[in-house]
Amino acid sequence: MISLAWLLPAALTLGFIGLLAFLWALRSGQFDDLEGAGWRAIEDGEPSTKSATPETQAKGSTNGHR
Amino acid sequence: MEATLDLRNGAVGEAPSGPHEETETVTLSVPDMVCGNCIRTVETALRDIRGVKAARANLSSRRVFVTYDVPLVSLDDLISALKKTGYKAGPLNESVADNGVQSSDLLPRVGVAGFAAANIMLLSVSVWSGEASDMDSSVQSLFHWISALIALPAVAYAGQPFFRSAANALRGRRLNMDVPISLGIILACGMSLFQTIQGSAQVYFDAAAMLVFFLLIGRTLDERMRARARGAAENLLSLKALSATVVEDDGSSRSLPARSLTPGMRIAVAAGERIAADGIVTSGTSEIDESLITGETVPRTVKPGDRVHAGTVNGGGPIQLKATATIDNTLLAEIGRLMLAAEQSRGRYVRLADRAARFYAPAVHVLGLSTFIGWMIVGAGWEPALTHAISVLIITCPCALALAVPAVQVAAMSRLFNQGIIVKAADGLERLAEVDTVVFDKTGTLTLEHIHLADDSAIDDAVLLRAASLAVASRHPYAQAVVLAARERGLKVVAREGVKEVPGSGLSATSNGQEERLGSASWAGVPVAANQEASLWYHRGDEPPLGFRFAERLRPDAHETVKALQDADYDVELISGDRVDAVALAARGTSIDVWRGATRPDQKLARLDELKSLGRKTLMVGDGLNDAPALAAGHASLSPASAVEISQTAADAVFQGERLQPVIQALMVARAARRMALQNFAIAIGYNAIFVPLAVSGHVTPLIAAVAMSTSSILVTANAIRLRSMRLCLTPLRRAP
Repeated sequence: MISLAWLLPAALTLGFIGLLAFLWALRSGQFDDLEGAGWRAIEDGEPSTKSATPETQAKGSTNGHR
Repeated sequence: MEATLDLRNGAVGEAPSGPHEETETVTLSVPDMVCGNCIRTVETALRDIRGVKAARANLSSRRVFVTYDVPLVSLDDLISALKKTGYKAGPLNESVADNGVQSSDLLPRVGVAGFAAANIMLLSVSVWSGEASDMDSSVQSLFHWISALIALPAVAYAGQPFFRSAANALRGRRLNMDVPISLGIILACGMSLFQTIQGSAQVYFDAAAMLVFFLLIGRTLDERMRARARGAAENLLSLKALSATVVEDDGSSRSLPARSLTPGMRIAVAAGERIAADGIVTSGTSEIDESLITGETVPRTVKPGDRVHAGTVNGGGPIQLKATATIDNTLLAEIGRLMLAAEQSRGRYVRLADRAARFYAPAVHVLGLSTFIGWMIVGAGWEPALTHAISVLIITCPCALALAVPAVQVAAMSRLFNQGIIVKAADGLERLAEVDTVVFDKTGTLTLEHIHLADDSAIDDAVLLRAASLAVASRHPYAQAVVLAARERGLKVVAREGVKEVPGSGLSATSNGQEERLGSASWAGVPVAANQEASLWYHRGDEPPLGFRFAERLRPDAHETVKALQDADYDVELISGDRVDAVALAARGTSIDVWRGATRPDQKLARLDELKSLGRKTLMVGDGLNDAPALAAGHASLSPASAVEISQTAADAVFQGERLQPVIQALMVARAARRMALQNFAIAIGYNAIFVPLAVSGHVTPLIAAVAMSTSSILVTANAIRLRSMRLCLTPLRRAP
């Protein structure tokens, strides 16, 4: 029974990490476009550099859209 | 230049330090974006515009977010760039764009409830299996305490949507489905906490967490589907967003969206443009295509001093008009008044689940209370009595009603969605299922939007080609129909040089000393009394003039759709604002026996009210502004995606494409959904019939409660999912004799 002392916290912590990961993914917009994400993964072309400039991201995020 | 776009969300940079710092983000809807390549094409097209900083497409919502420098790029540039690549796009209102897909806070709650349910179940299973083996009571108590620690905060957070809705209902002195749900959850948690402190074995934390988890899933699905349908409907409407060229006093002009026009502004309308605001023509003569407003297919000639309505198309030459306030526009004001009255009568509709809740919720409460009282009378003491009462509440918790009905509706709505039918509200789906009479509008509903050349076999290719090469210069509906007819024959239409257009009369061109004219009878030199059948004439040199006749084209499957409806015992009627003979023709073409033409909007409404007083449930299918009151008054309503904004808003569902068959699809799926919902009620009642006696007699342990609840939820959801792939056919209505 003494093993419960570390088994229980370990199980709950792992579950809690999973929950936090889900909430983080949700907040960072990874569930915004489930269909599009699948297509983007198999896209052959180079990722566009123009949209990824730090300047643009800062501007975009002020509006809530990425 | 900077004034071109002061309308959107204003300047984003609060303190612009230079002209290049001012950026704006707009949301454009691109409904045709359906695959990975589309994302790429759309994003690349937009990023290639100088001044566009970022473009990010969202395939699920069919929208693209664009950030750009204000002085360099205008909204029109973005839309026309997309148009060049073959995608229609429209700007979305900022308010509309914000309450889009991700407005919901339900998903994090689902995550928390799922985490809690899984971990508590883990602990509960250990306790249940421990009862059979050697678990001692101190470990059992420890497990209960940990469960409490997880369940209480999780339920307090994840259960909020139910608590809030129940509180609202109680404040309004009503009972809804969320009242027994909230009561069950709160009592289960409270009682379990008490039992945990007492060290007893009857602890229901798992049931409470599970209940919240399942119900939240149902609610999330429901909301997602609704948000998706709403987003798609908004996307369709955004394509119709009008912009107007406003002429300033100093003669300069700028482009403004229709909604920021104010009365008194001077607006220039080019040939072929849609008129953005009601107004009075100040200069120019033209012909206005008013088919969307009145159902009338023959264009009306307007001259300075005449009124024109927003949404009509300028088919002739350029005109200028002075915008007038909507309020003094008799037609729109009348339609608005009629719609308001019509919508009030529909507001009284009570949804299926709410109707069931009216009986179910009081029954559950009475049952729980009498269980408590019964056990008290028997003398069991208040603790076991309360435990049994709570287990009754948990068992009867209306999972089937709160989960299965939304699940059926989500399945039905997404099935229709995939076929291009956007159902905007779940109660619309329920009303569709009850319909027994279908009333069609003619122009744009039974028929397609554009007119076409009738019996063109009498016209030989050479003449048609010559006429078409003149007509291609004009945006008049007749001229466009001639060009279309020539293209359909495979002729290559080349635009002629030096074509002159006289608005209200026709086109002319001179080549090799011979003058060619295409236009009205008097323009082509035809004696007025001659043949009135033709509405467009072509005349060259000394040859006799040749008349063109036009007809509306019925939707390709209009006849079979009407026949399928009639075979299924639906009464079909045709009511139109167009001329009587045109309506008669369409009625013959679709073999509809009951029809009337030349009806005003209030007469359409009166007919619907008449049908209602006969006890009929009417489905109104229409697209025009003149149909809007009737759409709002019908028991249910459908409108094609080509309809005017006000009609699309009034309709329960919008269908896309050239075919009329979606009407049948919608009716079929709606009726299947109703059947499934009733099946699910039956499953729920059957499950209650087994477990409620067990609960009342005090035999429901936490294990049985958890298992019974989960299986019933899964069973009804699985039943609902069948609807997605079920084969359906329109069966005849069963009417009361």
